[in-house]
Amino acid sequence: MSFSQTRNGRYLASLLSHIGNFLPALFAVASLVLIWEGYTRFSGVSPTTLPAPSRVVAQAYEYRQALFDNTLPTLHATLTGFALSVIAAFLLSVIVDFVPRLKRALFPVFIISQTLPLVAIAPLVVLWFGFGLLPKILLVALVTFFPMLVALSKGYEATEPELEQLLSSMGAPRWKLFGLARLPSALPFFFAGLRISITYAVVGAIFAEYAGAAKGLGIYMLNAKNNFRPDLVLAAVLVSAALTLCLFGLAVLAERLAMPWTRRPQDGGRNL
Amino acid sequence: MTPPRLKLDGISYRYGDLPVLEKISMTVQPGEFVSILGPSGSGKSTLFRLLTAAITAEAGAIAFDGKPLTEAGRPFAFMPQRDALMPWRKIIDNTTLGLEVQGMRRRDARARVTPLFGEFGLDGFEQNYPAELSGGMRQRAALLRTVVQDKPMLLLDEPFGALDALTRAGMQRWLEEMWQKHRWTAMLVTHDVREAVHLSDRIYVLSPRPAKVIREIVIDLPRPRGRDADTLARAAAIEADILDTLLKPDHRNGIPDREHAAE
Repeated sequence: MSFSQTRNGRYLASLLSHIGNFLPALFAVASLVLIWEGYTRFSGVSPTTLPAPSRVVAQAYEYRQALFDNTLPTLHATLTGFALSVIAAFLLSVIVDFVPRLKRALFPVFIISQTLPLVAIAPLVVLWFGFGLLPKILLVALVTFFPMLVALSKGYEATEPELEQLLSSMGAPRWKLFGLARLPSALPFFFAGLRISITYAVVGAIFAEYAGAAKGLGIYMLNAKNNFRPDLVLAAVLVSAALTLCLFGLAVLAERLAMPWTRRPQDGGRNL
Repeated sequence: MTPPRLKLDGISYRYGDLPVLEKISMTVQPGEFVSILGPSGSGKSTLFRLLTAAITAEAGAIAFDGKPLTEAGRPFAFMPQRDALMPWRKIIDNTTLGLEVQGMRRRDARARVTPLFGEFGLDGFEQNYPAELSGGMRQRAALLRTVVQDKPMLLLDEPFGALDALTRAGMQRWLEEMWQKHRWTAMLVTHDVREAVHLSDRIYVLSPRPAKVIREIVIDLPRPRGRDADTLARAAAIEADILDTLLKPDHRNGIPDREHAAE
């Protein structure tokens, strides 16, 4: 009887404490927006230099159809590129875990790939692969692949040695040991990597479009800038930020669904 | 005469240049509870790694039921330090781990362990994750995972080392009761003198590294132990004696001899 009540009560309390955790951040963002709004009102700065946040929101609403049309290709490139990147990173992480020598050969190459400045690479990739979807996917993969690979590799290595000793004492072959211990041990690392990489992915897609595309938030921003419409640039920024936050939220949701054992109360001594 | 269940004959091992084990010889009879007692870092766990075939000895022979260990086909169920429960598996699926590795289907493995939850004081916790259990319950789950593998011998590597003193004392009593009922052949590695005296039929005392057997002590106390004043007093005397040996500045010259401490 009272069980469900206490459970609901506990849920409500945790929800409230979550909101409580967000309050300072919300307050900080609101203050910044207010200062910005106030500055544009009272300094008389031209809206073609610094538009007020209220204007940005109003223009975003005005141009909602155009923004929406340009968001879809960006979302498409982000998700396709990211999915490919995660799959490739996972496959390679498994191979590399079984063949450590390959890891020593390949990791320096991947580290170098991370040092390439996106500003220089993006136009080249567009030059080589055209204005279609492919260069976007490639750039998204380039910025997300290595972080995912490192996260997975670190995760495998974080497996408790005692767990491996236990399994090998049971006679588990290497592949069973990987599936039973190393792979699940890597899950928290995988999701930490996923959360970070998904934000990179959006940035990567926008950068690729900026360098050349028919449609997308990146090219929309470029055109708006060239037309002296910083309000529309910022409107597109607003949309891409919202998009990134949504994808981040999805990653957190996936993490909670995939790792139910981290959700239960960790009091370590239930009714003894 | 039947051969001992386990016989170590002159086992030596070194990590690189560092000698860890030096000519270790010991035996364990079927149904016997034997402890290996030694200071930290004396190579006690290395001994278990040799037995579970994680490493191989550079000298000496290990025989199980009279056959070389390599032909005995993994006769040990091993319980590592701390509990090594998988945080992502529910308790029931942690306890079936060994059976699953042996190739048993998950459903059959669950059916096999479920009736044992009551005896191990885990009734009603089948569907909980390890993080939701107390230290003592986690150790009982780990022991359940160990014994359900149905191997001829248990290897317990400081199983209660991470527990608080009170929980540890409770677990020792409980383990003794379980052992009296099931008479598992068991080898326990510990640096807790009281634990060794409480649980063992026989104790091998090791020197600091490189480990040698410096004493072998038969504990002839009636079971269950630690319940009446007389047994407690005799146990305390044995403990003090062993502690003297362990804390003696130089036991390199100690000659292993068989003693009957309780006589």
